[in-house]
Amino acid sequence: MQYSSQAVAKPYFIAAIGLFVGQILFGLIMGLQYVWGDFLFPEIPFNVARMVHTNLLIVWLLFGFMGAAYYLVPEEAETELASPKLALALFWIFLVAGALTILGYLLVPYSGLAKLTGNDLFPTMGREFLEQPTITKIGIVIVALGFLYNITMTILKGRKTVISLVLLIGLWGLAVFFLFAFFNPANLVLDKFYWWWVVHLWVEGVWELILGSILAFVLIKTTGVDREIIEKWLYVIIAMTLITGIVGTGHHYYWIGTPEYWQWLGSIFSALEPIPFFMMVIFAFNMVNQRRREHPNKAAVLWALGTPVMAFLGAGVWGFMHTLSPVNYYTHGTQITAAHGHMAFYGAYVMVVLAIISYAMPILRGRAAANSPRAQVWEMWSFWLMTISIVFITLFLTGAGILQVWLQRVSENPEPFMVVQEKIALFYWMREVAGVFFLVGLVVYLISFFIGGEEEATA
Amino acid sequence: MIWIFIYAELLVFGILFLAYAFARARNVALFNESQLHLNRTAGAVNTLVLITSSYFVVRAVAAIRADRTRACARWLLAAVAMAGIFVVVKLGEYAAASAHGITMSTNTFFMFYWAMTFFHFMHVLLGMVILLAVWWKARHGAYSAAEHTGVETGASYWHMVDMVWIILFPLVYVMH
Repeated sequence: MQYSSQAVAKPYFIAAIGLFVGQILFGLIMGLQYVWGDFLFPEIPFNVARMVHTNLLIVWLLFGFMGAAYYLVPEEAETELASPKLALALFWIFLVAGALTILGYLLVPYSGLAKLTGNDLFPTMGREFLEQPTITKIGIVIVALGFLYNITMTILKGRKTVISLVLLIGLWGLAVFFLFAFFNPANLVLDKFYWWWVVHLWVEGVWELILGSILAFVLIKTTGVDREIIEKWLYVIIAMTLITGIVGTGHHYYWIGTPEYWQWLGSIFSALEPIPFFMMVIFAFNMVNQRRREHPNKAAVLWALGTPVMAFLGAGVWGFMHTLSPVNYYTHGTQITAAHGHMAFYGAYVMVVLAIISYAMPILRGRAAANSPRAQVWEMWSFWLMTISIVFITLFLTGAGILQVWLQRVSENPEPFMVVQEKIALFYWMREVAGVFFLVGLVVYLISFFIGGEEEATA
Repeated sequence: MIWIFIYAELLVFGILFLAYAFARARNVALFNESQLHLNRTAGAVNTLVLITSSYFVVRAVAAIRADRTRACARWLLAAVAMAGIFVVVKLGEYAAASAHGITMSTNTFFMFYWAMTFFHFMHVLLGMVILLAVWWKARHGAYSAAEHTGVETGASYWHMVDMVWIILFPLVYVMH
C-alpha cells in the first residue's frame, strides 16, 4: 500500500461482500417463490424479497464503488486522502442506515414503514428501486456529499489524472441524478419519465464512467502499459457511452405516455449502446496482450478481462435484443428483461467491483502484491462458477421469456399471465438450480480469502 | 485512436441516415411536403461556411508542416470563426421553426430534422472547443513541423463534422 489512508477502503470492501451474500440469499428465496408461491409466506412475501434483493445489490455496489474510490484516488493523486476519519465515519453511518432500512423492509409491512418514517410529509416511497424511506434517501445524499467532498479535495490537492477525473465525474453524476429520487410528480407519466433519470442515467450513463475508470486503473496496475495509451482508450469509451447512453434513455419511454418520437430516438441511440462495451473488450484484451510485466495477481487480471466480456454480452447483446421499439412492443416487462438485468448487472458492475477488490485486497491485508497461488486458484474457481452460473441463469430466463412472449402476447390465442407462468415453471426451476451453483461459487469466493500459503513477491 | 472515435461517430450518423431513409420510404409524400418548410438558403449558406472552415483547417495543417506556427494559429481561429457563423445561422433557423410551431412532435420528418441537425449541431460545438484548444496550444508554441499530431487530430475531427453536414444537407433539405 503506497498511502496509509487507502486502508479505509478495506471495511467498504468487506461490507460490500457481506451484503452481496445477503443479496444472493434473497435472490434464491425469490427464485423459489416463482415456483413455490407461498414459500416463507407471510414472513417474507415475494415483493419484500424482491425489494431486498435489488436494494442490497445497489447498496453493495455503492459500497464497492466508494471503496474503489478510496483505494485508487490517493494512489492516482499521489497524496493521502483528505480525511480518512470522515471516510470511516461515513462508512458506519451508511452501514447502519442501510441495515436499518433492510430490517424495516423485513420487519414492518411496507405501508407501516411509510407511516413510521413520515412518508406523507414528503412522499418519495413506493417506486421500484427507490423504495427507501425518505429519511434513508436523505441519509444517502449526506453520505454521498461527505464522500464526494473527501474524494474531490484529495484530487484537488494532488496529481490530476484522466482516470481520477473520469471517476470523479461519474461519482458526481451518480449523486446529482440521485436527486431525482426526491422528485415525485403526481402525474404518472412525469413520475416515470424522471424516475428513469435515476435508474437509466445511472446504469447506462454515469456508472459506466465509474466502471471505465476502475477497469483502467486495474489494467494500468496489472499490465504496466503506458498510462497515455490507456487514457486515450478511456476518453473514447466514455465519449461513446455518453453519446449513445443519454438519448438512449428513450428506450424506456416507448409505452409510458411520452411523445411518439421517443420510439425513434430510443431505438436508434440505444441500439448503439453496445459500442462502448465492445470497445472495452478490445481495450482490455489489447492492454493485457501488450503487458510489460507478469503481474503475480492472475485472479485480478482474470476479473478485469471477464468484466468487459460479460458486460458486453449482458448489457450490450442482451440489451440490444429487446431495445428496438417494434421488438420491445412484445417483450416489455417479460423475463427477457429479467435475463438482461441479471447478466448486465453481474457483467458490468459486480465483476468490476470484484476486480478492484481482487487487486486491492491482498495489498490492503498487508500481503505482498498478490495472494498465494493456492488462494488464487480458489478465487479463479469462484470466478468460473459464478460467471457460468450467471450465463445459465440468463439463458434459462431468456428461454422463459421467449415462451412467455410467445404464449402470452404473440400467439393467435394469447393466454393469461398466470397460466403462462405455470407453463414456463420448468425454466424457473432450472434458473433456481443455476442460482444454487452461483451461491456455491460465492462460498468458494469467500473461502479464498481465508487461504494462506506462500505469497507472491512484489510485482 | 481518434480514428476509432471518428468511425464510431460516423456509425452513429450512418444509422441515423439509414433510419431516415427507412422512415421516408414508408411515407414519401409527407417527407416531400414537410421538406418544403425548411429554409434551403440557410442550409446552403451553412454548407459553404463549413466547407470554407474545413479549407482553413487544411491551411492550418499545411502551415504547421512548414513550421509557421503563427499562421497555423491564425488559420485555426478563422476556421472557428466560420463555425461561429454556422452556429448563428443554425440558431436563426431553429428560432424560425419554433416560431412556426414546428416541434419534434409535428411529424416524423420534423422529428428527424430536429434530432439529426441538433445532434450535428452539438458536434459543431464540440468541434469548436477542440479547434480552440488546438489554437491555444499552437499559439503557445506546442506544435512544430516535427510534432503536430494535435493539429492533425483536431483537423480530422473537424473534417468529419463537415463531411456529415455535406451528407445531411442534401438528404434532409434537398433530395426529393
